[in-house]
Amino acid sequence: MEQLLATDRHIHGLYPHVDIWGFPISAYLFLGGLAAGILVFAAIYYLLGREKEMPFTVKIAPIFAFPIIMLGLFLLIFDLHHKLFVWQLFLAARPESPMSWGAWTLVIVSVFSLLWPLSFVDSIDDYLIKRGWSKMTKVTEAIIKFEHKWIIPHFIIMSFRKYRKFFAVVLLIYSIILGIYTGILLSAFNAHPLWNNPILGPLFLTSGVSTGSAFVMWLSDNHKERLLMSAIDMSLIAIELFFIVHMFMGMEAGAEVYKQAAHMFLGGEFTAVFWGVFVGLGLILPFTLEALELRGFHIPTALPALLILAGGLLFRILMVSAGQMSEYAMFP
Amino acid sequence: MRLGMAIDITKCVGCGDCVVACQTENNVPIGYSRDWIMEFVEGDFPNLNLHFETQRCNHCEDTPCVRTCPTGASHVIEGGIVKVTHNECIGCGACIEACPYDARYFHPDGYVDKCTFCDHRLEDGLDPACVSVCPTECMHFGDLDDPGSEVSKLLKERENYSIIPEAGTKPQIFYLK
Repeated sequence: MEQLLATDRHIHGLYPHVDIWGFPISAYLFLGGLAAGILVFAAIYYLLGREKEMPFTVKIAPIFAFPIIMLGLFLLIFDLHHKLFVWQLFLAARPESPMSWGAWTLVIVSVFSLLWPLSFVDSIDDYLIKRGWSKMTKVTEAIIKFEHKWIIPHFIIMSFRKYRKFFAVVLLIYSIILGIYTGILLSAFNAHPLWNNPILGPLFLTSGVSTGSAFVMWLSDNHKERLLMSAIDMSLIAIELFFIVHMFMGMEAGAEVYKQAAHMFLGGEFTAVFWGVFVGLGLILPFTLEALELRGFHIPTALPALLILAGGLLFRILMVSAGQMSEYAMFP
Repeated sequence: MRLGMAIDITKCVGCGDCVVACQTENNVPIGYSRDWIMEFVEGDFPNLNLHFETQRCNHCEDTPCVRTCPTGASHVIEGGIVKVTHNECIGCGACIEACPYDARYFHPDGYVDKCTFCDHRLEDGLDPACVSVCPTECMHFGDLDDPGSEVSKLLKERENYSIIPEAGTKPQIFYLK
């Protein structure tokens, strides 16, 4: 049977396939995963008591998490079609809807990602002066000045220091939820077989944490920290590759629509860009570079780090756009 | 009560009157439509067979659109009708992505719009606009839970199918072969 046409059904974004979510959503999923990755490492290494060995991971990298989340949130709101009603998100908590989970998780993570660096404001200031990042020093100095001028803010920031352990636990739990949610958001859509697989949550979390480690590796000035992040990143890439293979295996073993979804990446139009650019240049090449670096070869850390970050963004763009093209056929 | 439709594809001629009636009745903006007609051709030349399906929201029993809505704007009312409260909708598009039938779209004003089974007409005891104008009377509307209703009888008597039942949404619009 062949479908000839759908009369009077040429609505923008719906035909020939749903194309409602574009670059802002992909970028938001990437930024959410990146922020989650940065915060997960900060919280874990703080809780392990390795704050002194890993100053950049624990104290400095998290100052980027809040702006990253805000940029993601801006893109998310920018993509809404009924923007003025965005506050409706916070009048409802719907456990069935991943987007509702995400909205509340983002609130919690963004609040704590702001409190966390505030509790370290003095040592962050020292670090920034030492590193020569003078524009950022202005912010920390303004905060310190404000804190010393008024008794109540001083008291509040002093109390943050006492609750660091609590902050770290909250950040760890909610960053993991944030990282998983970026995948669950897509996997909750039954109508798009490519998204509708349970591996997507862990896969997006792993990819997000991997971009987080790449970010730390890229900006850290501590050699030991960079090597450790490089080693962690290699294992994350290995897990990610395993999940990707597992995802396609599961789809190949599934019903017809899942096979069709997998075939978009196994011979279909996304094959070259997925395996060549994302897996090749975004996972395997940085993995090799990191392995060489650990063996003592001199490789600029920025190279594997930026490849991983670009790969993470590309992966989300591909999943979001290919997912919307994977649909149930409109045949009886 | 579970409202649904039984549509006789042996009678439908694909005139599009249901589409126009809906656009007029519900003030659907130009270029948009809450219902539409699919044309299908079967067989090999010269033994070809053409049939039409008038499609719309299936007012599913298991609603992925309502489940994914983050604000609760998408909801189910009495009779199993799936509706959207415009002032609660943030226009995120989650329900559009969730619908296997592509029955929802962004209204130019930003909120998501869809078929309501003309619930404002049902209150007055009338049929939905699309059903009431059908020149071949191929569309039947009624309560699927009531064994005495016209739709229930037709579905019992005649062979029928629904669209994409494998998506597991339990659609409530049936096509009579």
